[in-house]
Order: sequence, then structure tokens, then C-alpha cells
Amino acid sequence: MVEIIGATRLHPLQAGHSSALSVSVTLAENATRLSLRAREDAIPAISKALGLSLPTKPKTSTSEGTRSALWLGPDEWLIIDTADSSVVADIAKAKVLHSAVDISHRNIGILVSGKGADAVVNGGCPQDLSLAVFPVGAASRTVLGKIEIVLWRLAENEFRVECWRSFSNYAYAFLQESARDVAV
Amino acid sequence: MLLIKCPYCEEERPELEFRNAGEAHLVRNSSIIEQSDEDFASYLYFRQNPKGLQFERWRHIHGCGRFFNAVRDSVSDKFLTVYKAGEPKPELDALLSANASQEVASVKKRAPRTKKAEL
Repeated sequence: MVEIIGATRLHPLQAGHSSALSVSVTLAENATRLSLRAREDAIPAISKALGLSLPTKPKTSTSEGTRSALWLGPDEWLIIDTADSSVVADIAKAKVLHSAVDISHRNIGILVSGKGADAVVNGGCPQDLSLAVFPVGAASRTVLGKIEIVLWRLAENEFRVECWRSFSNYAYAFLQESARDVAV
Repeated sequence: MLLIKCPYCEEERPELEFRNAGEAHLVRNSSIIEQSDEDFASYLYFRQNPKGLQFERWRHIHGCGRFFNAVRDSVSDKFLTVYKAGEPKPELDALLSANASQEVASVKKRAPRTKKAEL
């Protein structure tokens, strides 16, 4: 018979409510997000319209004030800014060929911060998150458990996880569960 | 888990981010109306699926989203090389000899360790 005397019983809905966790999993503020597709020759004009230079190296991001651009693919970026941002109006000024889709409400941001945040994300993300390979500012589309996410390292111990809103329950519960495991 | 190099992301990424997309270097005939049904069927349906080295398309679907080509050994699952879509087929002989010399070098490096284990 299995010994259950030493096991602590946890309520399934209690995942993230322990105060002893070293890593906090919190919801990010609402934001304006753009899915941007453009060819190489359009990059300078778009960068000028946005007021920040689009990153062209894989797995990198650039920021200017509250506005950030994350490299997702050779011709694809995710632009994130505050909820009251004028980013949509700004990019409309770029007269070069590009596609910019407002996906502010499609994505949900989750902040994972605290000592061991990388281990919490690694609970479901197979990428190497050591500082040498995934430095501060690095951003990449990847997987978390069963879903696709965009992962962005804001600081040594802080990550932003962007997922689609219908996946957000799963992602939030997954990260809280993972945070509890890391705390143990 | 396999680590697969993506030529667009320029680094090795875990296998979970990728999806196989079948045989590479299939070219659709520019005038299929002149093509026989057999030829078109062989383009559309019939695949080589050899045991050993094969040219494959892969997609970094949960990463940069790009299709690229790879040379993979279907027996050992080893990727010999990856290259961007649209680039010509690499020479197999050159790849194999480069790969063999790499393996010899890695065996040479490993040699001292086995000696220590014996002691």
C-alpha cells in the first residue's frame, strides 16, 4: 500500500496562492500589439515611422521608451506598447509595402519574475534559457507545454510570456503549477 | 530530444518547435497539361522514402515559421546539414566525407577519457 502520511494535500485551485513562492506569476497590463510582416527593403521606412529600429538578428528585440519590437522571423515582428499607445496610427504613416495587424486583444501577457524564473518557464519550454544562450532582451516564438507562446526575457529573472487569449487559462495555470514545483 | 539547426534562426532548437514537411526538391511541371497522368501522379503522390540519406523539407512552425531543407539519415535520425529553401541540393559525397572527418576528430578527443576510465 502507498504511504500517504507524508504527502501534503493541495487544493487544485490553490496552485498559485502560496506566499512562499520565490517566483511570481502575474498578469501583464493590457497592451497594444501589432503583428508586422515586411520585406527587408521596407525595414528602414517602418523603423522611421515607429521611432525604433526593427531588430534584424534572430532571437533579438529592440526597445524605445515603452515601445518594443520582437524578432519572430526573417520578415515578421511583434510590436508591443502600452494600451493607450499611438503605434497603429504611427505605422500607418509608413508608405512602403507591409502588413500590420492589430492583435492587441488576441494575446495575453503573463509576467514570470523572481529567482528561478527560467526554471519555471523551462517547466514547459524546451529551449535553453541560460543567460549565455538566451540573454536579457532575447525574444523567440516557442512552445510551452501544449501551446505556442512568444517568450521575451525582460531581465535576468524576469520573463514575459505572450500567448493567445483562448490559451491563457492553460498558460497561467501551467506557470503557477510550475512555480510551485520550483519553490519545492 | 533532437536538436535541429534552423538556417534562419542560425542556431539549434528543440525538435518540438519543428514539423516535417515531406520530401524536398519536388518541382511542379510548368505545363501540366502536356504531362501524362502517370507523370503527374508520380509528382503528386509517389515519394521515394529511401532507407538512409534523404532530402526533406522541414518547417520551424513554432519558431520563425520558415520552411527549410535538410539532409537526414532515416536510420540514425542524424541531420547531416540544413540549408535555406531555394538553395541548391548539397553534394552528398562532400557532406559524408566532412561528416566522417568530424567523427574521427571527436573520437580522437574522446580517447584520453576512456584511458582514464580503464585506470
